[in-house]
Amino acid sequence: MSAESATLPVGTIVHGHGAESSHGSHHGSGHGHDPNVAHQFDDAAQQHESVLLGMWSFLATEVLFFGGLFCAYLVYRTTSPLAFTLASQHLNVILGAVNTGVLLVSSLFIALAVRESQLGNGKRVNLYLLGTILLGAVFLLIKGYEWTTDYHEGLIPFAKNFQIPEHNLDEMAHNATPAGRFKLFWVLYFFMTGLHGIHVIIGLVMFGIVMYVVKKRTQTGKSYSNLVEVTGLYWHFVDIVWVFLYPLMYLIHPITGGGGHH
Amino acid sequence: MSKKKSPASNSGPESIDLVATSHAPADPVSPGAAPTHQDHAHDHHEHPGPTNFLTRYVFATDHKVIGIQFLVSGLIFFIVGGLLALAVRWQLAWPWTRIPVLSSMMESQWQTKGQMPPEFYNKLFTMHASVMIFFVVIPILTGAFGNYLIPLMIGARDMAFPKLNMLSYWFMWPAFIVMLVSFTVPGGAAEAGWTAYPPLSVFRHSTPGSLNGQTLWLMGVLFAGVSSIMGSINYITTVLTLRAPGMKMFRMPMTVWSMFITALLQAFALPVLTSAIIMQLLDRTIGTNFFIPVGASVANEPGPVGGGQPLLFQHLFWFYSHPAVYIMILPAMGMVSDILSTFSRKPLFGYKPMVFAMAAIALLGFLVWGHHMFQSGMNPLLGATFMLSTMVIALPSAIKTFNWIGTLWGGSIQFTAAMLFATGFVAMFVIGGLSGIFMAATPIDIHIHDTYFIVGHLHYVLFGGSSFAIFAGLYYWFPKIFGRMLDERLGKIHFLLTFISFNCTFFLMHIIGLRGHPRRVANPYIYQFLDNPGVHFMNEFMTVSALLMGAAQLILIYNVLASLVAGKRAPDNPWRANTLEWATSSPPPHHNFATIPTVYHAAYEYSVPGEAEDFIPQTQPLANLAPSPALATSSHA
Repeated sequence: MSAESATLPVGTIVHGHGAESSHGSHHGSGHGHDPNVAHQFDDAAQQHESVLLGMWSFLATEVLFFGGLFCAYLVYRTTSPLAFTLASQHLNVILGAVNTGVLLVSSLFIALAVRESQLGNGKRVNLYLLGTILLGAVFLLIKGYEWTTDYHEGLIPFAKNFQIPEHNLDEMAHNATPAGRFKLFWVLYFFMTGLHGIHVIIGLVMFGIVMYVVKKRTQTGKSYSNLVEVTGLYWHFVDIVWVFLYPLMYLIHPITGGGGHH
Repeated sequence: MSKKKSPASNSGPESIDLVATSHAPADPVSPGAAPTHQDHAHDHHEHPGPTNFLTRYVFATDHKVIGIQFLVSGLIFFIVGGLLALAVRWQLAWPWTRIPVLSSMMESQWQTKGQMPPEFYNKLFTMHASVMIFFVVIPILTGAFGNYLIPLMIGARDMAFPKLNMLSYWFMWPAFIVMLVSFTVPGGAAEAGWTAYPPLSVFRHSTPGSLNGQTLWLMGVLFAGVSSIMGSINYITTVLTLRAPGMKMFRMPMTVWSMFITALLQAFALPVLTSAIIMQLLDRTIGTNFFIPVGASVANEPGPVGGGQPLLFQHLFWFYSHPAVYIMILPAMGMVSDILSTFSRKPLFGYKPMVFAMAAIALLGFLVWGHHMFQSGMNPLLGATFMLSTMVIALPSAIKTFNWIGTLWGGSIQFTAAMLFATGFVAMFVIGGLSGIFMAATPIDIHIHDTYFIVGHLHYVLFGGSSFAIFAGLYYWFPKIFGRMLDERLGKIHFLLTFISFNCTFFLMHIIGLRGHPRRVANPYIYQFLDNPGVHFMNEFMTVSALLMGAAQLILIYNVLASLVAGKRAPDNPWRANTLEWATSSPPPHHNFATIPTVYHAAYEYSVPGEAEDFIPQTQPLANLAPSPALATSSHA
């Protein structure tokens, strides 16, 4: 450990005054730091480990957060499967499938961006990040189109024109299913896909910032791979949430059989 | 890094000053502002990091400053919550009489000649519990002590994510503001209890507090929850990655273990509350129907489309809030363990079993939430399962209790104020723990559900437990945090008065509760069986004791303020303790340690035979024991 010499008071005072660039270290924290390592860490390895662990912990809390919603979904779907089946049939399976593909490919781009960031190819990192942003935007556009269609069909439970279609009402009444459960499907659908959409938007903004940082740090020669890796982890999580949402929301009919309503 | 000398002796003010100065430019908030050296002539300066007021106290990223922020706001809200409780007690002892100060303040609003309207009573107990749980006990235990102690006790310069840490305190402020503002909105503050059960909480006209106050309450809890989640991510990462050389997991003090396990609980339980809270918020605002049952309507309003289940909220709520009970007691247990060991001058009895017991409590804490809902309608088989899993928690809790007693056994006990509160904690926790077993049993719970027995039980755990530990922690770490000693004599008087008045206040609750005295009822004497001199007397006795207990806290307030100004200067290690926070100056410099210490052994080497002193700091190798190979490798540098 090279810590000994660096902790000499005299040396550190010089560091302190030199501040920013002249010493290549604006940390001067007295433990032989390179400029890529924040003051609270010993070295780059520790920082890498901490940053990743922090993101994983955050994602764990996210899983539990969505878990509460999936729990609500589970309770209401198992207690009134018919309402969920009927409601789900109003969704566009094809568009959902396309969106799944779009997100999966964007995840691939992110994985490649992480790889390139570790190799130090800043330009390629930004190319892949741009690809991810574009795919994310495509996802949001398709989602927006779906939501608009839902609105025109009167399926948004927060909107004034919300109305449960007659034939669905009849069938639920016939099977003693509370019509409120039909509404609950749409409440859950918009809440969960909306929340997911917010996560997507946050991700896209984040990647925009990351691209800027990568560009700047490529010029100064500072490291950016941690940043790309943790935001990449986040994006994989966003992707995975959708992988659960898609079958739960769109594919109820084919799986449960649904009684052949079409 | 040779660390032969005792750390207390090699960290004089000069060396701290120099190294601290060298840290100044490292402040991540103001990297450009290279401070001049002269500004740092601080023999008595506490935080040599950032120089201007904003970066130092408002945008603080130093875990110690953030810890103090949590501590101060927590203690202020302790006063608020305590006053709310006193108003509750006044109403129970002398229903519908004028309350000093409060009645005059509310004269124009109540229009009842100073009598408290029943819905105001609902606001009082709702906000008392919410403030105490979300703004006092959790923020002080994890936000203040956790923040302050974790990096110091594991030998780190700061938390892993200092800015996230700053945000976690910032998120408390919107919570503070909306909760306080909620008293002034039309309808007033929330009234649905801290549990916020629907349908009472979701129908705007079910009670005045549900008109607007409930919405603000939900937002407040939401913000406080996000704050805790941010904190927990930081604690987990910091403990796992930033330990000093030689600080193995099983050398960590119990305080750190408890904060770590608590952080895991928060990370895994709180998000579920967050989603439940958001669902309720949407039910109240944009017309979703998560928790609104079929055909429900209130005050002749056309009911919304129902279909939801109020019971789902209870499940989601208690999935968080039972672990929250442990979030409020585990850090207390950890801190008490360290304090008991230090002042018994003995190693903590059964260190590893203590760790495992704590982990077991945390794990079981996720499996027992249903015991809050025995009366909500539940499959008897499920009820029996929850009963059994709840009973099992008695085992690790008993392990902890016996180990505390084992720690005290045969020790040369020093009854400092901190030690008094720590032993008080153990005694009160035994009472609170045992009464907890009563309500774990379904048949008994059906009898005592929603009575004052529960109120007695939870206050033995939360006041006699958590709050006593907060007091103990305050007396113990105050010298480290502020560099001044608290007055021990005042501390002992504070303990004595608090201990006696606490028991006089809460013990009788068990008795009236068992006889059917309900909780959350503004005037219990409407029930004829309660309207007798005995119950009247007991309620009055409890209220007088509670007022006394409130008054006793004035001693603490005086002690803290007086000591901050004119207390005796604290040495680095006033209690002759082993853990790492005592190996640096009091208060510690900006990045905690002059050099990151190396740890040679566990935290509890007290009264080791053959050693010169009865304590051996973790930074100091044991003189008479050959170091194990593992120790040798960690100390080669």
